[in-house]
Amino acid sequence: MFDAAPRKLVEVKGLKMYFPITAGIFRRKVGDVKAVDDVSFDILEGETLGLVGESGCGKSTCGRAILRLYDPTEGEVWIGGENIAMAEAADLRRLRPAMQMVFQDPQASLNPRMTVADIIGEPLEEHTKLTRDEKLARVYELMDAVGLNRAFANRYPHAFSGGQRQRIGIARALALNPKFIVCDEPIAALDVSIQAQVVNLLEELQDKFGLTYLFISHDLSMVRHIADRVAVMYLGRIVELAPRDQLFDRPLHPYTEALLSAVPEADPETEANRQRIILKGDVPSPANPPKGCNFCTRCPKVFDLCQRVKPVLREIEPGRHVACHLYETQKETARAGAAPEARKSTQQGEQHET
Amino acid sequence: MRDTAGTQAKPVRMERPRSQWRDVWDQFKTHKGALVGMTVLALLVAFVVIGPFVWHEEKLTTTQTYLNKNKPPSLTYPLGTDHLGRDFFLRMMEGGRVSIAVGLVAMTISIFIGTTVGMLSGFFKRLDGPLMRLTDLFLSLPLLPLLLVMVMLFRDALARIFGPELGTFVLIVIAIGVTSWMPAARIVRGEVLALKEREFVLAARSLGTPNRRLILRHVLPNVVSPVMVAATLDIASAIITESALSFLGLGFPPDFPTWGRLLFDGLSYMQQYPERVIWPGLAISLTVLAVNYIGDGLRDALDPRIRGR
Repeated sequence: MFDAAPRKLVEVKGLKMYFPITAGIFRRKVGDVKAVDDVSFDILEGETLGLVGESGCGKSTCGRAILRLYDPTEGEVWIGGENIAMAEAADLRRLRPAMQMVFQDPQASLNPRMTVADIIGEPLEEHTKLTRDEKLARVYELMDAVGLNRAFANRYPHAFSGGQRQRIGIARALALNPKFIVCDEPIAALDVSIQAQVVNLLEELQDKFGLTYLFISHDLSMVRHIADRVAVMYLGRIVELAPRDQLFDRPLHPYTEALLSAVPEADPETEANRQRIILKGDVPSPANPPKGCNFCTRCPKVFDLCQRVKPVLREIEPGRHVACHLYETQKETARAGAAPEARKSTQQGEQHET
Repeated sequence: MRDTAGTQAKPVRMERPRSQWRDVWDQFKTHKGALVGMTVLALLVAFVVIGPFVWHEEKLTTTQTYLNKNKPPSLTYPLGTDHLGRDFFLRMMEGGRVSIAVGLVAMTISIFIGTTVGMLSGFFKRLDGPLMRLTDLFLSLPLLPLLLVMVMLFRDALARIFGPELGTFVLIVIAIGVTSWMPAARIVRGEVLALKEREFVLAARSLGTPNRRLILRHVLPNVVSPVMVAATLDIASAIITESALSFLGLGFPPDFPTWGRLLFDGLSYMQQYPERVIWPGLAISLTVLAVNYIGDGLRDALDPRIRGR
């Protein structure tokens, strides 16, 4: 137990989140927006998994579906041995304290008509039977933990700066001693100077309380700072999943390469020599993704197989998973090309036909 | 938990946050209009509730009725007498009782129905269609004929249960209430539709908060402002609708004064005695204005973003 490898806390298997498109007088379903399409990954206890990708690629939807804020179309989400995706309402409520969320917009995620004490105390109100004094003590404790002055307990969210509001949001997420926190772009709405504070606070809290994070962001340098492993999403699918350093030093998937080439360098000399890979065209609509690889319309290294067959996320080096035909062995490629209808399970993902 | 607090080195702030209602009152006090409105309303209520007990009673004989007809203002009759020799001042007091009561109760009913319908249809997607069509249906009904039918159908039944006067009162407030909730419902629905997509509602949902508490704790407090405005306007329209009903002979009995009734009675003598229209009109306007200002002050006081400015 003591020397064993870290336990998997979160296991996501084949998660799909489709939003129906309806049309006509009878609101007939004419299609799906495939916001999250067959996503699978694990998060180990105490680690931070960064989830990156461009706007609209399904990062936030994925985070929300994992916490069952949306009802997933398909797939399993195991958190601490319970399948969240299929849990009944009553069970779900019991499981809620273990998983919490920090939201993107600290302004919108706090009820403007509640005081800070009420906001932080709300989870306690919902899930514990503390007396008023005990609750207050806990609220003050949490405010200390996130670095808020206790004198602020009485104030309303509008009286705070963005960074302070995000601290309130974090305190609320911590109130029930969760094991797993989904951070949905917690720093996107903040100033750069405040971003560092909040990220450092998150790291500090992780060490202190042994938290596990799913850190959703589009800020690659921040993800490089905080994450242990990074998953890159494109158009609802994970294209690459790898330990942080390996991913940033040697991206394998062409999309990851392009994404990383967009990160500015601090050193002016390297910055001058930085080769940007500029992708052509736009992201296809998630309602109508390409038949083959989702990235085939823009990929600089595209070849004919990409147009026909969806690549599967597979482990090509220990710990490194890539969904790209470039890295498949010849034999596998031939098999996939010959039998596209066959649904083959792999360790990480599942062949998916549109 | 108490131990950890006690063992910490520096003195720890453990005092309880002060009550929000005191903040609300403090802010309300700074709103001059609201204070004036509250005073005026208090005076009006005192005038109509306590007034008739203090003021001299009147029992008119037929001769007196004839002799006292259309007297100008005097010490005995500060507002003169009407065409039947009745003390207009006393009638104003008695009429106000009913008018203010009808206004407040009908407003409460209409706001309650309106907020409930708006909340349900905004919050629960499945109820949205049916409830909004119901609202449209009520909006498209011709109001006055509907009221007339309701009065015709239910007046006697209610009079048997509550007695003629209370029966009419119950009938009128319910009739006005159930025919004037639609604007409030639409306003609330619109607000709720926007609010329920806000992240703080999502945050509460991620705690597993059941819908009931989600609505009461997060959505309802945030729709207070528009509801407050709708409510104050509803009082005015309720008083006016009641007078229209009385005018048509379907409200309270003719000898039972209300401000609306006095207004309509005065209309036929407006050329000779304009004050008989002015006084009830003024009383209605004052009530509406006072309630409006109170609502304004309350709305500001309840909004923490405005509070303290």
